[in-house]
Amino acid sequence: MKETSYNPQLSRRKFISNLGCLTISFSLIGTDWAEAKPKIVEENLPGALRRQPRLDAWLEVLGDGRVRVLIGKMELGQGVRTAIAQVAAEELDLALNQIEVHLAETERTPNEGYTAGSGSMENTAMSVRYAAAFARQKLLEMAARRWQTESDQLTMANGVVSRKGKKQTLRFAQLLNGAQLEGEVKLPVKLKSPETYRYVGKAIPRTDIEQMVRAQALYVQDLRMPGMVHARVVRPPVYGSKLLSFDEQAFASKAPDLLKTVIDGTFLAVVAADEYQAVLARQSALEHARWSSATPLPEGQDLAQYIRGFPAKSQKVKEQGTTEALDQKDGKTVKASYFKPYQMHGSIGPSCGVALYKEGTLHVWSHSQGIYPFRDALAKMLGLEAEKVHVIGVPGSGCYGHNGADDAATDAALVAMAMPGTPIRLQWMREDEHAWEPYGSAMGMEAEARLDDTGKISHWRYSVWSDGHSNRPGGNPGNLLAAWHLDKPFPQPSMGYFGGGYRNSEPYYDIPNLKIDAHAFEGPLRVSSLRSLGAYANIFAIESLMDELAEKARQDPLDFRLAHSTDERAIAVMKKLGKMIENEKNGPNEGIGLAFSRYKNVASYCAVAAKVAVDKNSGEVKVLGLWAALDAGQVINLDGVINQTEGCLIQATSWTLKEEVGFGQQQISTRDWTSYPIMRYTEVPKVQVVVIDHPELEPLGAGEAAQAPTAAALVNAIYRASGKRIRNLPVKSVDEVG
Amino acid sequence: MSFCVYTFNPAAMLTENAPILPKTERSFDTKSITLTVNGKPRELNVMPWVSLLDALREYIGLTGTKKGCDHGQCGACTVLCDGKRILSCLTLATMKEGAEITTIEGIAPSDTDLHPLQKAFIENDAFQCGYCTPGQICSAIGMLQEGKAHSREEVKELMSGNLCRCGANVYIIDAIMEGIK
Ligand code: FES
Ligand code: FES
Repeated sequence: MKETSYNPQLSRRKFISNLGCLTISFSLIGTDWAEAKPKIVEENLPGALRRQPRLDAWLEVLGDGRVRVLIGKMELGQGVRTAIAQVAAEELDLALNQIEVHLAETERTPNEGYTAGSGSMENTAMSVRYAAAFARQKLLEMAARRWQTESDQLTMANGVVSRKGKKQTLRFAQLLNGAQLEGEVKLPVKLKSPETYRYVGKAIPRTDIEQMVRAQALYVQDLRMPGMVHARVVRPPVYGSKLLSFDEQAFASKAPDLLKTVIDGTFLAVVAADEYQAVLARQSALEHARWSSATPLPEGQDLAQYIRGFPAKSQKVKEQGTTEALDQKDGKTVKASYFKPYQMHGSIGPSCGVALYKEGTLHVWSHSQGIYPFRDALAKMLGLEAEKVHVIGVPGSGCYGHNGADDAATDAALVAMAMPGTPIRLQWMREDEHAWEPYGSAMGMEAEARLDDTGKISHWRYSVWSDGHSNRPGGNPGNLLAAWHLDKPFPQPSMGYFGGGYRNSEPYYDIPNLKIDAHAFEGPLRVSSLRSLGAYANIFAIESLMDELAEKARQDPLDFRLAHSTDERAIAVMKKLGKMIENEKNGPNEGIGLAFSRYKNVASYCAVAAKVAVDKNSGEVKVLGLWAALDAGQVINLDGVINQTEGCLIQATSWTLKEEVGFGQQQISTRDWTSYPIMRYTEVPKVQVVVIDHPELEPLGAGEAAQAPTAAALVNAIYRASGKRIRNLPVKSVDEVG
Repeated sequence: MSFCVYTFNPAAMLTENAPILPKTERSFDTKSITLTVNGKPRELNVMPWVSLLDALREYIGLTGTKKGCDHGQCGACTVLCDGKRILSCLTLATMKEGAEITTIEGIAPSDTDLHPLQKAFIENDAFQCGYCTPGQICSAIGMLQEGKAHSREEVKELMSGNLCRCGANVYIIDAIMEGIK
């Protein structure tokens, strides 16, 4: 598969006609996929295709008969490129290597908003599937017309259409020969039936993998251009702190090889020819800058209490029946509070952006998860027309949500605007990443429930306190870090997407009376979306309480959950999990815990079990095993689904046991891997993932499903091993257990 | 047939003959050193404080070795120096005069063949984003040469300086265990 790169001198249209690419276009009218409930795929058109209906936005048949698929999604380590190639090759009867996948680039690929784990597969893959299937139909019709026969007298393979029983063949390129393939999609588009699949559902190695083991240039951090120079940004000590003065003269004498200092309000950046010179210049600039102190961060406070003290905007998520019974003081109500701290994405590669301002156009290479919304925000910040900002998506290291990608690219863009004609590479320092990335919000949860005489849950009441869960650029400069610091600053919008805070706050169980409330606060730290958003904390609370209730009802925790489940697929993953762990025996001080959730209550089903040992004296927790049973609907790439799920289990275990952003009054204190430790090999348990495939259903996305239940599975296991209930994360402190 | 006229082709910039990045006149004294990198002698003029990591990435254009923390905390920058694994971010280039450095780019025997550990990484699907991978592979090769790792637990212990945020750890260990067999 060939990598493509952009040629700024050619517009998209020119590009296509110059190079003999063939464009297929059509418009379409369809029913709303998004609103339709899950059913056989042939009946609806995918949402992304509806929003971006032109086929030429998705597919180009190239002169040599290969097909280029254009998607607005980024590779985030989920293997999207391979999965998309599988789907397209399947429907077009091509070999996998006859598909080229071009990822995220403004004015070149469809505007697909953001690449978030759970959305990538569903919309994009389905859109590509329909587009490819429709292109196949059209190509067959064209050949049939050419030979004056019917489509069903033809076969297609490897980019060649052949006539049954005759020696006649036409390659795609010959067939199209400069012509335009036009048409509108008429539903139903005939899709391949799952029984005939050659690629979909198979474990296909990712095409980018050999590049990875050879470490060929894949990442924005590795981009090199003629004349490129290196920049570093010099940030204030903490949010809200302002640059009071900068002794440029004294600084310049200490950094003689400096190419440029860019100052705009509190935004300060330094540029040098060598990367290390830029690093040294940054160090020296810090010594010559005076900053104002800022509103102190709530150091030393009990955050679990503190976040509930904010004036909160409250909203009712769900109310059904009555919940007054919970207030009876008869000992039948179980009630508990839970807390999850601020946690970081902590990408292993510090964020990086490359930018070049040339002939009135700003080119920006970024690992942003949403090139169009980022482009719009950046253009507004710089006062440029959107068309004058060209953003090319280049992979970075894994991001797991909205990390510093857009911000580093913004920093690079600001420097590039001050140095027209020179490509600027600006990489964040490790401490920039740790201290300035937008974190996953701290959250507080309060859950209470009551059992009836048969041991079933009769009443449930739940409240969650959370900051917003997405402050992605969204076309608003106020979501770009550097924009806060400019001389003419763009204020940070008050509350991002709050829906993430109550994601999965409603238990996916059959409970007659329930009430769910969500309270939105604006906390002291910068926040945005982190993998699975609020689902992680909500499921931690819900599934912990489920465990307490099962115990009160004297039931096996799995049976208790099954007794409250009506969805067959939920029951299937739980039973599967039960089978997976049925032969596990607990030694002394060992325990197995489990948890279940259906991600967002509409996506993938996942049940997770954890086995831990808790040291009696030290209270140290050792994870011995993790198991997950997953139903993500139709599986496109089995390897990819298993791999991502294992990654979820390990990462969520790291969050649960170890991770917490720390701060003093005037700084974030967790600025490296020593102060913010993550899981190391010595702590990694054995892991097993089983996927239940449903080729007949739509794919649901697997990127985040295991994240949420893992925390509860772990604390439930710790309870079984030690008798201690952990309700505040991270588990970290041995004292809490020991 | 070629479809794209690349104005900026990062891959092309990364061949062994890639032009060294533009260097301005420097007011600092540079030191001339010779390293053997992936079997080729390289003469470099570097400032005394330039790390081996920056020398590889910025002076020689070998960006396979990754910068993760620049503080010896993550292992992303691991390379082999005279057969031993070292953190290139903590190593000054000038201290390695005459040394034999092997980076991820020099591990495969040829363009068409891979090192057994590279193959094992592919077979075991031992990555997600792949950013930590060069460091993991170099570290694992160094570890295997040390000959101290026999069991899975020992491998975990000896690899614990390499972080993977994507959580690909289990498959990475699987891949390395294949290397031990
Ligand atoms: S970059 Fe050298 S250890 Fe992190
Ligand atoms: S694969 Fe992404 S950090 Fe290891």
